[in-house]
Amino acid sequence: MTKHSLRDFRENFMKSLFLIGGIGTLLILLLIFAFLFAESFNFFKTYDFWDFLTGTEWKPGASPEMFGLLPLLAGTAAVTVGAIIPAVPVGILSAVYISELAGPKTADILKFAVELSAGIPSVVLGFFGMIHLVPRIQSVFDLTTGQTALTGSIILAIMALPTIISVSEDAISSVPAALKQGSFALGSNHWQTIYKVILPAAVSGISAAVILGIGRAVGETMAVMMVTGNMAIIPGSDIFLSSVRTVTATIALEMGEVAKGTEHYYALFTIGAVLFVITIGINKIAEAVKRKHKQVT
Amino acid sequence: MKTLKIKNKKIVKTFAIQLTALLSVLLLVFSGIGCLGQNAGDSSVVLSGSTSVLPLAQTLSETYMNAHNETLLSVKGGGSGTGIAELIDGSNDIAMSSREIKDSETADANAKGIEPVEYEIAKDGIAVIVHPSNPVSRLTLDQLQKIYSGEIKNWKDVGGEDAEIAAIARDSASGTQEFFNEAVMNGTEFRADLITQAATGAVTQEVTQNSKAIGFVGAAYQSNSIKTLGIETNETTVMPTEENILSGVYPLSRGLYLYTDKNPKQEALDFIRFILSADGQKIVSETGYAPVN
Repeated sequence: MTKHSLRDFRENFMKSLFLIGGIGTLLILLLIFAFLFAESFNFFKTYDFWDFLTGTEWKPGASPEMFGLLPLLAGTAAVTVGAIIPAVPVGILSAVYISELAGPKTADILKFAVELSAGIPSVVLGFFGMIHLVPRIQSVFDLTTGQTALTGSIILAIMALPTIISVSEDAISSVPAALKQGSFALGSNHWQTIYKVILPAAVSGISAAVILGIGRAVGETMAVMMVTGNMAIIPGSDIFLSSVRTVTATIALEMGEVAKGTEHYYALFTIGAVLFVITIGINKIAEAVKRKHKQVT
Repeated sequence: MKTLKIKNKKIVKTFAIQLTALLSVLLLVFSGIGCLGQNAGDSSVVLSGSTSVLPLAQTLSETYMNAHNETLLSVKGGGSGTGIAELIDGSNDIAMSSREIKDSETADANAKGIEPVEYEIAKDGIAVIVHPSNPVSRLTLDQLQKIYSGEIKNWKDVGGEDAEIAAIARDSASGTQEFFNEAVMNGTEFRADLITQAATGAVTQEVTQNSKAIGFVGAAYQSNSIKTLGIETNETTVMPTEENILSGVYPLSRGLYLYTDKNPKQEALDFIRFILSADGQKIVSETGYAPVN
């Protein structure tokens, strides 16, 4: 083998390695997609599509069995919105502080803390919530139980924060220094520069951060299941102070006992498919935002 | 141009060869991993299912493994339904269950060539638990049913303080839940605002910290941080003591079961024999359950 062909060999070997990786990911995704939707299709053979989509009761034990999506969707929406409301401002402010205001040492410490908190397993947070948060929420608001949407939201906010902070921080740091210097040269102070120049220039990355945070909240299962009480009912006006059940928690709670091939089994796959669609939707929105506001670099 | 074409052809050929080589290597590696898993599986016994049986199975397996180094027992929860489903799928060796196997499950198992064999290893009572500060100390089965169906919503209706009841139950994979449903609910539906927990430990945790809560757990989960209610039948109040559970006086008594295939692993069979032996049954009694032998 000449030197030349040896190089070709290496080149092609690596190429095929990467190709297999790429195709593998795609294949797995396609398989999941096909599997989920095939099982959902089986569900709609016996259960009316509109009854599922607009049903207000999820009662797999009742006769006839009721599989209404709305209470679960309401639960997921409540904990997600409740998590995002505090997590977004806190996250963006922290990111601005780390990349613009803090000294290099403080920034390093903060960055380290953020990375570390991203690595806390969700079950640990859930356990913390169950022991410390649930009783406090109950006594503060004088409730029947402290296992509420709010409790889930707080845990989710803690979980979404590291994602929001680190992605926003990346976006803010990659705003070119020339823009900032130009703004200073025109006489703006630091606050004006952050508010009028840096944040608008980084809006694409910051939006991506927020959307990733939402995605994290929608998909989280364990921590939420441990603290929200899992009542499959549509909450009333006190939505954040009532117990709710999320889509993911329903799958986790019920998949254990469900017999293969029953309507209930297919129903769980169908809500899995609903989650899949929500995730795709969130990603599409993130892409659209990115296209609309190009990151200034 | 011509030489380039030839070279391209050669590249394509070597590429194809490399791809095949790579795939076969991957195949070898994965089949190797598969073999490893199988070898490990041969000397180990997997138990899964009811979280009511879990504490007992854990204590039993620890004692058993101390005496039998060669056997590796792995015990995990999941709920009775999960355990039996895994037995049917062949992903465990012994299913733990706090209810008897259903006809539909036996049929599923038979369809897959598995014939479940039942071993009753202990008797257990379901303890109805409340917060220690709750003044209520006993309920009738009828009151219990009304609380869980949502007919009774306030503690004052059963002799307690004026406070809303937080009714806690398990998820539907739980054998305790299923037993409670049969023994107490009499076909009525559970209330819609039922707090559902994924494990018995989560039920006791919430009852420990919530003065308005009521829950039900296996008798072995009773502790000082929660208060067990007596069940009132015919003017007398019975507590879930070992004696009352064994004699059947306590109305919420049930058997705890292990299920295996008709031809289980020798190690699994040896373990079950140990559980049913005098030594094993002594542990059953020490762990808070009632022995069967």
